[in-house]
Amino acid sequence: MAVAQLTYREAVARGIAQEMRRDPAVVFLGEDVASAGGVFKTTTGLVEEFGPERVVDTPISEQAILGAAMGAAMTGMRPIAEIMFSDFFAVCWDMVANEIAKARYMTNGQVACPLVIKSGNGGSVRFGAQHSQSVENWAMSVPGIKVVAPSTATDVVGLMAASVRDPDPVLFFEHKGLYASKEDVPDGEIVDCLGTAKKLRDGGDCTVVALGLMVPRAMAAADVLAGEGIAATVIDMRSLVPLDMATVLESVAATSRLFTVEENPRACGWGAEVASIVADEAFWNLDGPIVRITTPHLPLPAAGELEDLAIPSVERIVATIRESLS
Amino acid sequence: MIVDSQAEPAAVVLPEPFDPTLDDADIDLDTRLRLFRVQHEIRQLERRLHDLFLQNLVKGTSHLATGMEAVGAAFGVALRSDDYSFATYRGHGHTIARGVPPGPIVAEMLGRGTGLLGGKGGSMHLTSVEHGMMGSYAIVGAHLCIANGAAWSAKLRGTDQVAVAFFGDGATNIGAFHEALNFAAVYQLPVVFVCENNLYMEYTAIRKVTAVRHPAAERAVAYGLEPTLVDGNDADAVYLVARAAIGRARAGGGPSLIEAKTYRHGGHSRADPGTYRPEEEVQAWIAHDPIPMYHQRLLRLGVAEERLAEIVTSVAAAIDAATEEAKAAPPPDPAELWTNVWADGGWQWRS
Repeated sequence: MAVAQLTYREAVARGIAQEMRRDPAVVFLGEDVASAGGVFKTTTGLVEEFGPERVVDTPISEQAILGAAMGAAMTGMRPIAEIMFSDFFAVCWDMVANEIAKARYMTNGQVACPLVIKSGNGGSVRFGAQHSQSVENWAMSVPGIKVVAPSTATDVVGLMAASVRDPDPVLFFEHKGLYASKEDVPDGEIVDCLGTAKKLRDGGDCTVVALGLMVPRAMAAADVLAGEGIAATVIDMRSLVPLDMATVLESVAATSRLFTVEENPRACGWGAEVASIVADEAFWNLDGPIVRITTPHLPLPAAGELEDLAIPSVERIVATIRESLS
Repeated sequence: MIVDSQAEPAAVVLPEPFDPTLDDADIDLDTRLRLFRVQHEIRQLERRLHDLFLQNLVKGTSHLATGMEAVGAAFGVALRSDDYSFATYRGHGHTIARGVPPGPIVAEMLGRGTGLLGGKGGSMHLTSVEHGMMGSYAIVGAHLCIANGAAWSAKLRGTDQVAVAFFGDGATNIGAFHEALNFAAVYQLPVVFVCENNLYMEYTAIRKVTAVRHPAAERAVAYGLEPTLVDGNDADAVYLVARAAIGRARAGGGPSLIEAKTYRHGGHSRADPGTYRPEEEVQAWIAHDPIPMYHQRLLRLGVAEERLAEIVTSVAAAIDAATEEAKAAPPPDPAELWTNVWADGGWQWRS
């Protein structure tokens, strides 16, 4: 199969375009997404191909954007909405947590909201406290929405397609720190599957689960640890809802140790839920404590030296695992 | 029109007299008889729900629209069956006005398994998609944005459906209202915003917390919408402006906003006796009741008293039957707790 080098940011546009070509009900709206091609250039070329009726520049009105997406989804469309920075979910969280997430349940199945909300998530880009947060754990805490966070360009395309085709609402977290990363991506249609973690590396000494930007850091840490004789399994969770615990539990049964690597602030991070399930259901498989490697419970600072101290680094992941296994 | 915002707000806001010239409005008799019937359906449903609450059969909270029936009835009659209604938590009337049968509504209020939402939604979330009743929303203002989406969708799909969002005066001070009006105007969406201004946001008079006298209409001007003020207690008056606004939206003329002045006979919710309202004001508005006025208008137009009495009796019989049916219905099956979180019908979130 032919492949081409694609950046993570280009993969976003490719995934959306793939779905817009397939289904005329797919429409896309957000701030600066059309003419400007997105502030992160993740949607370049879409308005040129699909026109301003289907790719819509909106005012800075996050409630109006998500409300429009919801109303359209309820009435036969398949909208994709962009919330530029995931921090901005705080100004429209009512739409996510009270309206979109609950509509199906509280109408006992009458109302469907097949929509995707894509958003630039996470730190490492020196934007400071209001443009750098990892908020996937906010989303995970709300019953009724699915939560996806790819770490590679190929996964961006395939998981975007799966999200658009999913009959339920999906929050799709792109990682700002990964936009420039690139890899070979196969040509042709790519459709992945939500709720499937991916084992990226096999090792018998411990299981390391990660998400988003923490995935390449966990992989780099595993390389270093391998040089020291520690063999780590690395799992990219890829989605938090549905959560693929089967893959994690199976791996923990083999390695007997679990580390989570999370960018979200520590308290109530997604890894706490993973750790809790493993403690409940695989306690007797464990040979040592479950260790969470997270950003401390802090707002993120802007200066590089400080932000790098806050977000788990390759060095911190290596040191924590090394110490815990010794 | 309007923009007399410098006027000193009156301590007591009294209704304007009914407009006698509306006897001659261009509305056919069949339509008027439907308006009469739907107003009675709303009034009798709300009274029955109040009685059931006093019998401790309606739990939780509920918000009645007694006294405000003309708005819901007028739009219910003016809308096409495939148009979209978006209501607030004070939405029982808007639901029955779209032709939703009273049985499942009463059953939902009683928390029965046969309820409109299987007992999962309750009073504040009445929805019947098959009737175009796209939901009752209990977070103030949010559904104006959602109605925009339904209107956008109708435009994209090339249908000529119209979306209508009903909201209270209190919603005019929340951000979603302002975002929604601008958004609708920018994209010229086929949506009608209908403010049911009953003078009180909840327990506080809207005039005490709002810088302009007509909280929806005067703001609409700022977004390029042509607003209409109307006596919300005269079903014919509301029907005429509803017909015009819906027709305009359907023809591609874009959004509009109607501010209907009305009054609730009771408090904000079941817990509220409404004692913060001056007695003079309450009495004046009760005298400005939409239902007896409409009865008198139809008599003036030559409709026989017997014909009107028949309608009232048949509505009462339907509400009685709905009540008995709901009382006899079982509670929800416990298994229903776990259904309809996701499109696959279930609730599972992990493997």
